[in-house]
Amino acid sequence: MKKQLPELMFLKSRDGKEGCSLSAPEIADDLCILAADKLRKDIADFPQLSEVEIVRHYTNLAHLNHSVDAGFYPLGSCTMKYNPKINEKIANQPEWNAHPYSPIHLVQGNLEIMKSLEELLMKITAMAAFTLTPAAGAHGELTGLRVIRDYLTAKGDARKIVLIPDSAHGTNPASSVLCGYQTKEIPSNENGILEVETLKKHLDKDVAALMITNPNTLGIFEKNIVEIARVLHENGSLLYMDGANMNAFMGIAKPGDLGADVIHLNLHKTFATPHGGGGPGSGPVGVGKDLVKFLPVPIITHQGKEYKVRYHNETGSNRIKNFYGNFLVIVRALVYLLELGKENIRQVAEDAVLNANYIRKKLEPYLDLPYKSKSLHEVVFSDKGLTVKTLDVAKRLLDYGIHPFTIYFPLIVHGAMMIEPTETESKETLDQFIDIMIKILDEAKKDPAFVQGAPYSTPVTRLDEVLAAKQLILRWKPAATQTN
Amino acid sequence: MSTKDLKFTEKHEWASVNGNIATFGITDYAQHQFGDIVFIELPAMGKSYGKGAACANIESVKAVADMYAPVSGEVTEVNSSLENAPEQINKEPYGAGWVCKVKMADAAELDSLMDESAYENYVKSVEEK
Amino acid sequence: MRYLPLTETEREEMRKTIGIKETKELFSDIPKDKSYFSLADLPAALSEPELLDKFNEIGRKNIFPGFLSFLGAGAYQHFIPELVNFLSNKSEFLTPYTPYQPEVSQGSLQGMFEYQTMMAQLTDMDIANSSLYDGGTAAAEGIVLALKKSKKQHILIAGNIHPEYIEIMQTYIKYLDYKMDLVPFDPQSGKLKLAELQGKIDQDTAGFIFQSPNFFGVVEEGKQISAMLHSKNSYSLQIVTEALSLAFLVPPGENDVDLVVGEAQSFGLPLGFGGPYLGFIAAKSEFLRQMPGRFVGQTLDSKGNRGYVLTLSTREQHIKRERATSNICTNEAWCAFRAGIYLATMGKKGLRSIAKTNHLNTAYFVKEVSKLNNVKVKYQKDYYNEVVLEVQNGKTDDFLKKLEAKKILAGIPLHWFYPDQKNTILVNFTEIHRKKDIDQLVQAIGEIK
Repeated sequence: MKKQLPELMFLKSRDGKEGCSLSAPEIADDLCILAADKLRKDIADFPQLSEVEIVRHYTNLAHLNHSVDAGFYPLGSCTMKYNPKINEKIANQPEWNAHPYSPIHLVQGNLEIMKSLEELLMKITAMAAFTLTPAAGAHGELTGLRVIRDYLTAKGDARKIVLIPDSAHGTNPASSVLCGYQTKEIPSNENGILEVETLKKHLDKDVAALMITNPNTLGIFEKNIVEIARVLHENGSLLYMDGANMNAFMGIAKPGDLGADVIHLNLHKTFATPHGGGGPGSGPVGVGKDLVKFLPVPIITHQGKEYKVRYHNETGSNRIKNFYGNFLVIVRALVYLLELGKENIRQVAEDAVLNANYIRKKLEPYLDLPYKSKSLHEVVFSDKGLTVKTLDVAKRLLDYGIHPFTIYFPLIVHGAMMIEPTETESKETLDQFIDIMIKILDEAKKDPAFVQGAPYSTPVTRLDEVLAAKQLILRWKPAATQTN
Repeated sequence: MSTKDLKFTEKHEWASVNGNIATFGITDYAQHQFGDIVFIELPAMGKSYGKGAACANIESVKAVADMYAPVSGEVTEVNSSLENAPEQINKEPYGAGWVCKVKMADAAELDSLMDESAYENYVKSVEEK
Repeated sequence: MRYLPLTETEREEMRKTIGIKETKELFSDIPKDKSYFSLADLPAALSEPELLDKFNEIGRKNIFPGFLSFLGAGAYQHFIPELVNFLSNKSEFLTPYTPYQPEVSQGSLQGMFEYQTMMAQLTDMDIANSSLYDGGTAAAEGIVLALKKSKKQHILIAGNIHPEYIEIMQTYIKYLDYKMDLVPFDPQSGKLKLAELQGKIDQDTAGFIFQSPNFFGVVEEGKQISAMLHSKNSYSLQIVTEALSLAFLVPPGENDVDLVVGEAQSFGLPLGFGGPYLGFIAAKSEFLRQMPGRFVGQTLDSKGNRGYVLTLSTREQHIKRERATSNICTNEAWCAFRAGIYLATMGKKGLRSIAKTNHLNTAYFVKEVSKLNNVKVKYQKDYYNEVVLEVQNGKTDDFLKKLEAKKILAGIPLHWFYPDQKNTILVNFTEIHRKKDIDQLVQAIGEIK
């Protein structure tokens, strides 16, 4: 029987149902000191369900979801690798569950965890210092760009422009503009990478930084990076390296060695913390030594075995997040790195890149590869020559229990299919995926309409996104009041 | 609706002239690029827009972009039926999908716009890139 | 290694297929002198038992467990029903990606739709999004939204907003062309000086953002504030750091607030030393097209069945890019989903009951502690769940140290945020505290000379 969506919980709600078990109140109501006009009378239509209904509701919702634990998720630039369960066990231990304003001598263990992750990340990336406060990659980008702007402003050389390659993720220009910069898009060459000459053409004294993802969103290593860094530095500009694709060379190369002044990492990508359906993440920012004093508070230091925290910086607090950052995500990343250790950390990138190249080799005869340069951890095909759209191939993959690759990104590839298998997939899974892709492409040739109508076996068939955007039902309302 | 008397811009808008009133809209090429249009922020009534100024904002499921005024003028009418039926722009970009009418500030500006065949060639060159 | 399924034999086969002898060849674009560095300074791999040992060892350095804590100020300890842990930790909720392929993500999407609904109900606003990073960044997003929508340059902020939130807002608008002014509060009442607010609103004021209950736990006059701002064509924005207060106090929507932002950690998220938490934003529908973050919308599939999708993506960074109002991509989705489970589990009755208990516990403490001579409750009117306690003789650090020796964390010294306030602490009460815990606190305070 095909799974179906459960009724919305509001429709199951009935007065008098209870889902929780609370102790009897001990303090009398008459102690309330707030006047009646400050108090709410009711929460209209708020649900009331029994525990068993809540369990059934969410258990049935779970059945409707694909997840990494259930199957392959080759989403390019997302690094949907397996989320280790020991990370969950340790992160959920009550020893870490302190109030963030606990006096620091009572939470030295928590400070040690954060400092240990900072130091490991410094070793892996050759950056001089890290802040673990940003909550996601985009948050890290904003933080890193601000550090750059603070640094240049303090030098009396504020500058106005950030250069961004055409293959960049949308957060790059969005973050730049939110930092008060203007952005200029610069083209990649026919091999998909940035040429030094192209950079020089766009470089002037108004350029604060170049924001580059390495490897870029085509999965290609920006091999001119060292010279690019040198040219930038000579011009008084800085190099921001978006580390979303760190899984491609973690343990093999270090962004600091390649010339990066500022980087951010995504713990929910390279460092295996669970994606949770869209977050929480964590986007630590690493900087070169000249920029360390511009990092946001709080700043953790240690003197011998004792950890201290600074809430004020000589350059201004620059706080970008409440408290310390997404601490429990940080715990998971640390457990992961300590389990990998020096013996395995290199194998992660090597297997990730091997897997991607294996898929590339096997699918190259069937799909158009617009950029023929070496692929690292991901490969991007286009929809050239296909009898159906990239979207249709993606939807048909769902029928085979595989989450599609990233589609229509990067923008410079028509109908882009960005495939990143990661290192946590077996050869069997890769072979299965390859066989299914070949099958679907064959289906598309023989019966395009069939592929265009996919998916068929999922709990819902293809959803009407146009209707969603037009009717804009973003919440439930009782039938009488729902206006659309 | 016949497009042979329309004037076109490089940003894929069209203008049709009746006396000193110009009607604006986006071209068939533009609506196709958008995909299903779900929302339009119409120009403000009575407001004057310069030639090339962003006067409306159009959203589809996958894209959002401004519409730029082909010539300068003061807005005298907007197509408010688009508020509930923005898809008219897709269905009849030159007809029921018109966006607004303006009282032209300088009719000579029309001379710098493309005619139908010049626009068709322009679209061809854009598609070949 | 258990997370690396490839065997050496398989690697060999794959290398043959690709046409290389060593995996190293795939990295040949990386400059030779900058790749394959020595790994010697990295720690040795730990086995699962060794990991547990190591983290137990680190855990022993945390000595806060067993303390009776009254710490609040933007992070609140609440009772989390076991159901919330059990359901939210299902791998189908923990390990999927953002629901960009909605056909296989209806579980996440419907759950988020239900969460959006409950947040809109609690705030009494038209719409709520599916999460921001935390309360502080939500406040920053809120003021940027008000400024962009109104096309004005000036924003007013209340002086008794959580100081960290003020810091974050300052960071966020530092390099944008906006002006921010503080509206002071009355040191006698802890509440905003509304006459001063009136005087500061001008033609270029996009809006005023205030916190209620404010940083000192006092409920502000939301309706009056909104009326004042609307009369001058400006927006009213409210911050809520204790989301539970929404179940007990008149909600922002009823007070005519235009935009509500805040922190929903109280809805089932552990204290977790500060994160991950759950920022939220709710607003009148006129803000919809510029609101940051993701929205889940209801629609139909090709067979006419109900389904859910992420919608209005054209606002977001991946489409608007440099013209986006916000750059947020990954948010706190799982935290929001978990909050939805918490809200459903507590239900209307449970939620309103504990929201009331938070207040009554605070009122009981005030009643009892008022019998002592060595402390004074500073703001006695209109508090909800936190009070400022003035230490009469001597400084707060000494006072808190003595209580810490009795394993009580009585509150947060306000000089952390206001350096000149050397004798006040902020004390918080939730439903976690039983009557005997409050009695214990009062008695311990009473014993301090």
